[in-house]
Amino acid sequence: MIDKRIENIAAALDGITDGASVMISGFGGAGLPVVLIRALEAASVDNLTLILNSLRFIETYAPGLFADKRVRKTVSSAARGRGKESSEYELQLEQGTLELELVPQGTFAERMRAGGAGIPAFYTPTGFGTKLTEGKETREFNGRQCVLETALTADFALMRADVADRWGNVSFRGTQANFGPAMAMASRVAVVEVERVLDEPLPPNAIDIPGIFTQRIIAVPDER
Amino acid sequence: MTPLNRNQIAWRAAQDLPEGGYVNLGLGMPVLAANYAPEDREFMFHTENGIVGVGPVAGENEEDPDLVDAGSQKVTLRPGAALADSAMAFAMIRGGHIDVTILGGFQVSVTGDLANWDAEVPNKGPLVGGAMDLAVGAKSVWVAMAHTTRDGAPRLVETCTYPLTGVGVVDRIYTDLAVVEVTPDGFLVHEILKDLSRDALQERTAAPLLYSPDCAVLSAPDL
Repeated sequence: MIDKRIENIAAALDGITDGASVMISGFGGAGLPVVLIRALEAASVDNLTLILNSLRFIETYAPGLFADKRVRKTVSSAARGRGKESSEYELQLEQGTLELELVPQGTFAERMRAGGAGIPAFYTPTGFGTKLTEGKETREFNGRQCVLETALTADFALMRADVADRWGNVSFRGTQANFGPAMAMASRVAVVEVERVLDEPLPPNAIDIPGIFTQRIIAVPDER
Repeated sequence: MTPLNRNQIAWRAAQDLPEGGYVNLGLGMPVLAANYAPEDREFMFHTENGIVGVGPVAGENEEDPDLVDAGSQKVTLRPGAALADSAMAFAMIRGGHIDVTILGGFQVSVTGDLANWDAEVPNKGPLVGGAMDLAVGAKSVWVAMAHTTRDGAPRLVETCTYPLTGVGVVDRIYTDLAVVEVTPDGFLVHEILKDLSRDALQERTAAPLLYSPDCAVLSAPDL
Protein backbone atom coordinates (compact mmCIF):
# COMPACT_ATOMS: atom_id res chain seq x y z
CA MET A 1 0.00 0.00 0.00
CA ILE A 2 1.23 3.45 -0.86
CA ASP A 3 1.00 5.76 2.14
CA LYS A 4 3.34 8.75 2.22
CA ARG A 5 1.96 10.20 5.46
CA ILE A 6 4.50 10.40 8.26
CA GLU A 7 3.67 10.10 11.94
CA ASN A 8 5.47 13.13 13.31
CA ILE A 9 7.73 15.98 12.36
CA ALA A 10 10.80 14.14 13.68
CA ALA A 11 10.44 11.73 10.74
CA ALA A 12 10.35 14.52 8.17
CA LEU A 13 14.11 14.74 7.72
CA ASP A 14 14.91 11.13 8.50
CA GLY A 15 18.14 10.13 6.77
CA ILE A 16 19.55 13.64 6.34
CA THR A 17 23.31 13.80 6.76
CA ASP A 18 26.07 16.38 7.04
CA GLY A 19 26.73 17.96 3.68
CA ALA A 20 23.15 17.47 2.47
CA SER A 21 21.58 19.75 -0.13
CA VAL A 22 18.12 21.04 0.77
CA MET A 23 15.70 22.94 -1.47
CA ILE A 24 13.19 25.17 0.35
CA SER A 25 10.14 26.60 -1.43
CA GLY A 26 8.23 29.77 -0.55
CA PHE A 27 7.76 33.24 -1.97
CA GLY A 28 6.60 36.20 0.09
CA GLY A 29 5.60 33.73 2.81
CA ALA A 30 3.26 31.74 0.53
CA GLY A 31 4.22 28.08 0.34
CA LEU A 32 6.88 28.61 3.01
CA PRO A 33 7.30 25.43 5.11
CA VAL A 34 8.00 27.04 8.48
CA VAL A 35 7.52 23.82 10.47
CA LEU A 36 9.98 21.96 8.24
CA ILE A 37 12.49 24.84 8.25
CA ARG A 38 12.46 24.69 12.06
CA ALA A 39 12.87 20.91 11.88
CA LEU A 40 15.96 21.45 9.73
CA GLU A 41 17.33 23.86 12.32
CA ALA A 42 16.66 21.26 15.03
CA ALA A 43 18.37 18.47 13.08
CA SER A 44 22.02 18.02 14.04
CA VAL A 45 23.49 18.42 10.57
CA ASP A 46 25.91 20.95 9.17
CA ASN A 47 27.89 21.76 6.04
CA LEU A 48 24.52 22.23 4.31
CA THR A 49 23.82 23.56 0.83
CA LEU A 50 20.53 25.48 0.86
CA ILE A 51 18.75 26.06 -2.44
CA LEU A 52 16.04 28.67 -1.93
CA ASN A 53 14.94 31.88 -3.61
CA SER A 54 15.65 34.28 -0.73
CA LEU A 55 17.73 33.82 2.41
CA ARG A 56 15.55 36.15 4.48
CA PHE A 57 13.18 33.44 5.63
CA ILE A 58 15.98 31.36 7.12
CA GLU A 59 17.12 34.39 9.12
CA THR A 60 13.53 34.84 10.35
CA TYR A 61 12.55 31.26 11.16
CA ALA A 62 15.79 29.31 11.64
CA PRO A 63 18.48 31.86 12.53
CA GLY A 64 20.58 29.14 14.14
CA LEU A 65 21.45 27.68 10.75
CA PHE A 66 23.49 30.77 9.93
CA ALA A 67 24.47 31.76 13.47
CA ASP A 68 26.04 28.34 14.08
CA LYS A 69 27.67 28.39 10.63
CA ARG A 70 25.92 25.22 9.53
CA VAL A 71 25.36 26.44 5.98
CA ARG A 72 28.32 26.09 3.60
CA LYS A 73 26.67 27.31 0.43
CA THR A 74 23.42 28.79 -0.84
CA VAL A 75 21.95 28.93 -4.33
CA SER A 76 19.53 31.89 -4.44
CA SER A 77 18.25 34.87 -6.42
CA ALA A 78 18.15 37.12 -3.34
CA ALA A 79 20.71 37.35 -0.54
CA ARG A 80 19.84 40.75 0.86
CA GLY A 81 18.79 41.09 4.47
CA ARG A 82 16.19 43.49 5.81
CA GLY A 83 17.24 46.91 7.03
CA LYS A 84 20.48 48.82 6.64
CA GLU A 85 22.60 46.73 8.97
CA SER A 86 24.18 43.56 7.66
CA SER A 87 22.37 40.37 8.60
CA GLU A 88 24.33 37.33 9.80
CA TYR A 89 24.43 35.79 6.34
CA GLU A 90 25.52 39.07 4.74
CA LEU A 91 28.42 39.19 7.20
CA GLN A 92 29.39 35.61 6.35
CA LEU A 93 29.20 36.39 2.63
CA GLU A 94 31.42 39.42 3.20
CA GLN A 95 33.89 37.35 5.19
CA GLY A 96 33.86 34.61 2.58
CA THR A 97 32.83 31.86 5.01
CA LEU A 98 29.48 31.40 3.23
CA GLU A 99 29.45 30.67 -0.50
CA LEU A 100 26.67 32.16 -2.64
CA GLU A 101 25.70 31.12 -6.13
CA LEU A 102 23.50 34.02 -7.23
CA VAL A 103 21.08 32.95 -9.97
CA PRO A 104 18.45 34.90 -11.91
CA GLN A 105 15.10 33.75 -10.54
CA GLY A 106 13.79 32.26 -13.79
CA THR A 107 17.03 30.38 -14.36
CA PHE A 108 16.83 29.21 -10.74
CA ALA A 109 13.34 27.75 -11.31
CA GLU A 110 14.21 26.24 -14.69
CA ARG A 111 17.43 24.63 -13.45
CA MET A 112 15.37 22.72 -10.88
CA ARG A 113 12.63 21.85 -13.37
CA ALA A 114 15.35 20.56 -15.71
CA GLY A 115 16.95 18.62 -12.86
CA GLY A 116 13.67 16.86 -12.22
CA ALA A 117 12.93 16.32 -15.90
CA GLY A 118 16.19 14.62 -16.85
CA ILE A 119 17.62 17.58 -18.76
CA PRO A 120 21.24 17.98 -17.60
CA ALA A 121 21.72 21.48 -19.05
CA PHE A 122 19.99 24.03 -21.27
CA TYR A 123 20.72 27.26 -23.12
CA THR A 124 18.92 30.44 -22.03
CA PRO A 125 19.24 34.09 -23.08
CA THR A 126 18.82 35.18 -19.45
CA GLY A 127 21.92 36.76 -17.99
CA PHE A 128 23.97 36.80 -21.18
CA GLY A 129 26.64 39.50 -20.99
CA THR A 130 26.22 40.00 -17.23
CA LYS A 131 28.58 39.20 -14.39
CA LEU A 132 26.30 36.38 -13.21
CA THR A 133 27.16 34.27 -16.25
CA GLU A 134 30.86 35.09 -16.58
CA GLY A 135 32.89 32.07 -17.71
CA LYS A 136 29.85 30.07 -18.83
CA GLU A 137 29.62 28.50 -22.28
CA THR A 138 27.71 30.65 -24.74
CA ARG A 139 26.15 29.89 -28.10
CA GLU A 140 24.02 31.77 -30.59
CA PHE A 141 20.57 30.44 -31.50
CA ASN A 142 18.37 32.22 -34.06
CA GLY A 143 20.55 35.30 -33.79
CA ARG A 144 20.31 35.39 -30.04
CA GLN A 145 23.20 34.92 -27.61
CA CYS A 146 22.51 32.30 -24.93
CA VAL A 147 24.26 30.89 -21.89
CA LEU A 148 24.58 27.22 -20.91
CA GLU A 149 23.04 26.57 -17.49
CA THR A 150 23.20 23.23 -15.68
CA ALA A 151 20.41 21.44 -13.84
CA LEU A 152 19.98 21.63 -10.07
CA THR A 153 19.08 18.61 -7.93
CA ALA A 154 19.05 18.07 -4.18
CA ASP A 155 18.78 15.47 -1.45
CA PHE A 156 15.70 17.04 0.15
CA ALA A 157 12.98 19.53 -0.81
CA LEU A 158 10.73 21.23 1.74
CA MET A 159 7.48 23.01 0.89
CA ARG A 160 4.03 23.88 2.22
CA ALA A 161 0.78 23.22 0.41
CA ASP A 162 -2.93 23.21 1.19
CA VAL A 163 -4.12 19.63 0.79
CA ALA A 164 -2.57 16.23 0.10
CA ASP A 165 -3.76 12.62 0.01
CA ARG A 166 -1.99 9.49 1.23
CA TRP A 167 -0.67 8.86 -2.28
CA GLY A 168 1.38 12.05 -1.98
CA ASN A 169 -0.67 14.05 -4.45
CA VAL A 170 -0.56 17.73 -3.55
CA SER A 171 -2.82 20.72 -4.17
CA PHE A 172 -1.92 24.35 -3.53
CA ARG A 173 -3.99 27.46 -2.87
CA GLY A 174 -3.24 31.03 -3.98
CA THR A 175 0.43 31.52 -4.83
CA GLN A 176 1.69 28.69 -2.60
CA ALA A 177 3.06 26.68 -5.53
CA ASN A 178 5.95 28.94 -6.60
CA PHE A 179 9.11 26.76 -6.55
CA GLY A 180 7.41 23.71 -4.99
CA PRO A 181 6.63 21.63 -8.09
CA ALA A 182 10.12 22.12 -9.57
CA MET A 183 11.77 21.35 -6.21
CA ALA A 184 9.67 18.23 -5.68
CA MET A 185 10.76 16.95 -9.10
CA ALA A 186 14.41 17.82 -8.53
CA SER A 187 14.87 16.23 -5.11
CA ARG A 188 15.37 12.69 -3.87
CA VAL A 189 13.10 13.23 -0.85
CA ALA A 190 10.34 15.84 -1.21
CA VAL A 191 8.65 16.59 2.11
CA VAL A 192 5.36 18.49 2.02
CA GLU A 193 3.68 20.05 5.04
CA VAL A 194 -0.01 20.68 4.46
CA GLU A 195 -3.06 22.08 6.18
CA ARG A 196 -5.02 18.85 5.67
CA VAL A 197 -4.38 15.28 4.57
CA LEU A 198 -7.38 13.61 3.01
CA ASP A 199 -8.21 9.94 3.52
CA GLU A 200 -9.86 9.81 0.14
CA PRO A 201 -7.94 10.58 -3.06
CA LEU A 202 -7.74 14.13 -4.39
CA PRO A 203 -9.68 14.62 -7.62
CA PRO A 204 -7.07 13.77 -10.29
CA ASN A 205 -7.58 17.05 -12.13
CA ALA A 206 -7.12 19.08 -8.94
CA ILE A 207 -3.57 17.83 -8.36
CA ASP A 208 -0.70 20.32 -8.71
CA ILE A 209 2.12 17.88 -7.85
CA PRO A 210 1.50 14.25 -8.77
CA GLY A 211 2.48 11.96 -5.91
CA ILE A 212 5.20 10.35 -8.02
CA PHE A 213 7.30 13.42 -7.15
CA THR A 214 6.71 13.45 -3.37
CA GLN A 215 7.92 11.13 -0.62
CA ARG A 216 6.65 12.44 2.74
CA ILE A 217 3.44 14.24 3.70
CA ILE A 218 2.50 15.69 7.08
CA ALA A 219 -0.44 17.78 8.24
CA VAL A 220 0.68 20.53 10.63
CA PRO A 221 -0.70 23.97 11.50
CA ASP A 222 0.88 26.85 9.64
CA GLU A 223 3.53 28.41 11.91
CA ARG A 224 4.21 31.56 9.91
CA MET B 1 9.61 73.69 -15.45
CA THR B 2 8.36 71.07 -13.00
CA PRO B 3 9.67 67.54 -13.56
CA LEU B 4 7.08 64.76 -13.30
CA ASN B 5 6.84 63.06 -9.93
CA ARG B 6 6.94 59.27 -9.50
CA ASN B 7 3.19 58.88 -9.89
CA GLN B 8 3.18 61.01 -13.02
CA ILE B 9 6.02 59.03 -14.63
CA ALA B 10 4.09 55.84 -13.90
CA TRP B 11 0.91 57.43 -15.29
CA ARG B 12 2.66 58.45 -18.49
CA ALA B 13 4.04 54.94 -19.09
CA ALA B 14 0.65 53.40 -18.33
CA GLN B 15 -1.03 55.43 -21.08
CA ASP B 16 1.00 53.49 -23.67
CA LEU B 17 0.02 50.00 -22.47
CA PRO B 18 -1.72 48.14 -25.30
CA GLU B 19 -5.33 46.90 -25.12
CA GLY B 20 -5.39 43.23 -24.11
CA GLY B 21 -1.77 43.35 -23.01
CA TYR B 22 -0.08 40.88 -20.66
CA VAL B 23 2.07 43.19 -18.57
CA ASN B 24 4.68 42.68 -15.84
CA LEU B 25 5.44 45.65 -13.59
CA GLY B 26 8.71 45.81 -11.65
CA LEU B 27 8.95 46.81 -8.00
CA GLY B 28 9.01 50.49 -7.04
CA MET B 29 7.84 53.10 -9.51
CA PRO B 30 6.75 50.67 -12.27
CA VAL B 31 4.14 48.92 -10.13
CA LEU B 32 2.41 52.29 -9.62
CA ALA B 33 1.45 52.14 -13.31
CA ALA B 34 -1.29 49.64 -12.44
CA ASN B 35 -3.11 52.46 -10.62
CA TYR B 36 -3.20 54.55 -13.79
CA ALA B 37 -3.88 51.95 -16.48
CA PRO B 38 -6.51 53.35 -18.88
CA GLU B 39 -9.94 52.07 -17.85
CA ASP B 40 -11.19 51.58 -21.39
CA ARG B 41 -8.57 48.88 -22.03
CA GLU B 42 -8.28 45.44 -20.43
CA PHE B 43 -4.92 44.22 -19.13
CA MET B 44 -3.63 41.13 -17.39
CA PHE B 45 -0.89 42.02 -14.95
CA HIS B 46 1.58 39.17 -14.47
CA THR B 47 3.79 38.46 -11.44
CA GLU B 48 6.95 36.32 -11.39
CA ASN B 49 5.56 34.18 -8.57
CA GLY B 50 2.72 32.92 -10.71
CA ILE B 51 -0.24 35.28 -11.04
CA VAL B 52 -1.67 36.20 -14.42
CA GLY B 53 -4.34 38.77 -13.68
CA VAL B 54 -3.34 40.29 -10.35
CA GLY B 55 -5.93 42.73 -9.02
CA PRO B 56 -5.68 45.58 -6.50
CA VAL B 57 -3.84 45.22 -3.18
CA ALA B 58 -6.10 43.39 -0.72
CA GLY B 59 -8.25 45.45 1.62
CA GLU B 60 -8.25 44.83 5.36
CA ASN B 61 -10.89 42.10 5.28
CA GLU B 62 -9.79 40.34 2.11
CA GLU B 63 -6.12 39.71 2.94
CA ASP B 64 -4.92 36.17 2.23
CA PRO B 65 -1.31 35.39 3.26
CA ASP B 66 -1.23 32.68 0.58
CA LEU B 67 -1.96 35.16 -2.21
CA VAL B 68 0.91 37.60 -2.69
CA ASP B 69 2.52 39.43 -5.60
CA ALA B 70 6.19 39.64 -6.57
CA GLY B 71 6.69 42.35 -3.94
CA SER B 72 5.19 40.06 -1.25
CA GLN B 73 2.12 42.31 -0.95
CA LYS B 74 -1.19 40.61 -0.22
CA VAL B 75 -3.25 41.08 -3.35
CA THR B 76 -6.52 40.14 -5.02
CA LEU B 77 -7.23 38.47 -8.35
CA ARG B 78 -9.18 40.06 -11.16
CA PRO B 79 -11.79 38.19 -13.23
CA GLY B 80 -10.09 35.85 -15.69
CA ALA B 81 -7.00 35.44 -13.51
CA ALA B 82 -4.94 32.25 -13.50
CA LEU B 83 -2.32 30.87 -11.11
CA ALA B 84 0.87 28.99 -11.98
CA ASP B 85 4.11 27.89 -10.37
CA SER B 86 7.37 29.83 -10.76
CA ALA B 87 8.85 27.67 -13.54
CA MET B 88 5.67 28.25 -15.56
CA ALA B 89 5.55 31.96 -14.67
CA PHE B 90 9.10 32.36 -15.98
CA ALA B 91 8.27 30.31 -19.09
CA MET B 92 5.67 33.02 -19.74
CA ILE B 93 8.43 35.62 -19.40
CA ARG B 94 11.32 33.91 -21.18
CA GLY B 95 9.06 32.41 -23.80
CA GLY B 96 8.03 35.82 -25.10
CA HIS B 97 4.44 35.74 -23.86
CA ILE B 98 4.64 38.99 -21.89
CA ASP B 99 3.81 41.96 -24.12
CA VAL B 100 5.36 44.66 -21.98
CA THR B 101 7.45 44.84 -18.86
CA ILE B 102 8.07 48.15 -17.12
CA LEU B 103 11.21 48.03 -15.01
CA GLY B 104 13.06 50.44 -12.77
CA GLY B 105 16.57 51.43 -13.76
CA PHE B 106 19.87 52.84 -12.55
CA GLN B 107 21.25 53.37 -16.06
CA VAL B 108 20.30 52.71 -19.68
CA SER B 109 22.94 52.85 -22.41
CA VAL B 110 22.51 54.27 -25.90
CA THR B 111 22.43 50.68 -27.23
CA GLY B 112 19.70 49.64 -24.78
CA ASP B 113 21.83 47.96 -22.14
CA LEU B 114 20.08 48.02 -18.77
CA ALA B 115 21.65 48.23 -15.31
CA ASN B 116 19.02 47.93 -12.61
CA TRP B 117 19.90 45.22 -10.12
CA ASP B 118 23.19 45.87 -8.38
CA ALA B 119 23.77 49.32 -6.89
CA GLU B 120 26.97 47.97 -5.30
CA VAL B 121 25.84 48.89 -1.79
CA PRO B 122 28.57 47.93 0.68
CA ASN B 123 27.78 45.34 3.38
CA LYS B 124 24.48 44.34 1.78
CA GLY B 125 24.06 41.06 -0.06
CA PRO B 126 23.08 40.96 -3.73
CA LEU B 127 19.51 40.56 -5.03
CA VAL B 128 18.78 39.88 -8.69
CA GLY B 129 15.29 38.35 -8.56
CA GLY B 130 13.56 38.12 -11.92
CA ALA B 131 15.04 41.26 -13.50
CA MET B 132 17.39 39.47 -15.91
CA ASP B 133 14.65 37.13 -17.13
CA LEU B 134 12.23 40.01 -17.73
CA ALA B 135 14.89 42.06 -19.50
CA VAL B 136 15.52 39.38 -22.14
CA GLY B 137 12.09 37.78 -22.25
CA ALA B 138 9.40 40.44 -22.56
CA LYS B 139 8.44 41.50 -26.08
CA SER B 140 8.87 45.14 -25.12
CA VAL B 141 11.01 46.44 -22.26
CA TRP B 142 10.26 49.90 -20.88
CA VAL B 143 12.22 51.58 -18.12
CA ALA B 144 10.67 54.12 -15.74
CA MET B 145 13.24 56.15 -13.82
CA ALA B 146 14.39 59.66 -12.93
CA HIS B 147 16.39 61.21 -15.74
CA THR B 148 19.36 61.87 -13.43
CA THR B 149 20.56 60.71 -10.02
CA ARG B 150 19.92 62.83 -6.92
CA ASP B 151 23.38 64.31 -7.48
CA GLY B 152 22.47 65.23 -11.06
CA ALA B 153 24.48 62.49 -12.81
CA PRO B 154 22.85 61.33 -16.05
CA ARG B 155 21.23 57.89 -16.11
CA LEU B 156 20.96 57.80 -19.91
CA VAL B 157 24.56 57.05 -20.79
CA GLU B 158 26.94 55.87 -23.53
CA THR B 159 28.00 52.84 -21.50
CA CYS B 160 26.56 51.60 -18.19
CA THR B 161 29.00 51.68 -15.29
CA TYR B 162 26.81 49.63 -12.94
CA PRO B 163 26.63 45.84 -13.46
CA LEU B 164 24.36 44.94 -16.38
CA THR B 165 20.95 43.31 -16.18
CA GLY B 166 20.69 42.73 -19.93
CA VAL B 167 22.47 43.67 -23.16
CA GLY B 168 20.58 45.68 -25.78
CA VAL B 169 17.18 44.99 -24.23
CA VAL B 170 15.53 48.38 -23.53
CA ASP B 171 12.98 49.76 -26.02
CA ARG B 172 11.70 52.87 -24.25
CA ILE B 173 12.53 55.09 -21.29
CA TYR B 174 10.02 57.18 -19.33
CA THR B 175 11.65 59.79 -17.13
CA ASP B 176 10.59 62.89 -15.23
CA LEU B 177 11.86 64.96 -18.16
CA ALA B 178 11.22 63.02 -21.36
CA VAL B 179 9.95 59.97 -23.20
CA VAL B 180 12.84 58.42 -25.10
CA GLU B 181 12.98 55.50 -27.53
CA VAL B 182 16.15 53.43 -27.92
CA THR B 183 16.75 53.10 -31.67
CA PRO B 184 19.63 51.71 -33.77
CA ASP B 185 20.66 55.35 -34.26
CA GLY B 186 20.62 56.15 -30.54
CA PHE B 187 18.26 57.88 -28.09
CA LEU B 188 15.23 59.35 -29.89
CA VAL B 189 13.16 61.83 -27.87
CA HIS B 190 9.40 61.58 -28.44
CA GLU B 191 8.28 63.90 -25.65
CA ILE B 192 10.06 66.61 -23.69
CA LEU B 193 8.87 68.44 -20.60
CA LYS B 194 7.23 71.85 -21.20
CA ASP B 195 9.66 74.77 -20.83
CA LEU B 196 12.68 72.46 -20.83
CA SER B 197 15.03 73.36 -23.69
CA ARG B 198 16.66 70.70 -25.83
CA ASP B 199 20.04 72.02 -24.66
CA ALA B 200 19.01 71.61 -21.04
CA LEU B 201 17.82 68.03 -21.66
CA GLN B 202 21.07 67.22 -23.46
CA GLU B 203 23.05 68.58 -20.47
CA ARG B 204 21.26 66.04 -18.29
CA THR B 205 21.97 63.16 -20.70
CA ALA B 206 25.37 61.54 -21.27
CA ALA B 207 24.78 60.47 -24.87
CA PRO B 208 23.58 62.37 -27.96
CA LEU B 209 19.81 62.92 -28.22
CA LEU B 210 17.92 62.76 -31.50
CA TYR B 211 14.42 64.25 -31.79
CA SER B 212 11.38 62.77 -33.42
CA PRO B 213 9.95 65.07 -36.14
CA ASP B 214 6.69 65.12 -34.19
CA CYS B 215 8.28 65.50 -30.77
CA ALA B 216 5.52 66.48 -28.33
CA VAL B 217 5.22 68.08 -24.90
CA LEU B 218 5.47 65.67 -21.93
CA SER B 219 2.68 66.35 -19.48
CA ALA B 220 0.65 64.46 -16.89
CA PRO B 221 -2.32 65.26 -14.65
CA ASP B 222 -1.72 66.27 -11.01
CA LEU B 223 -1.16 63.01 -9.12
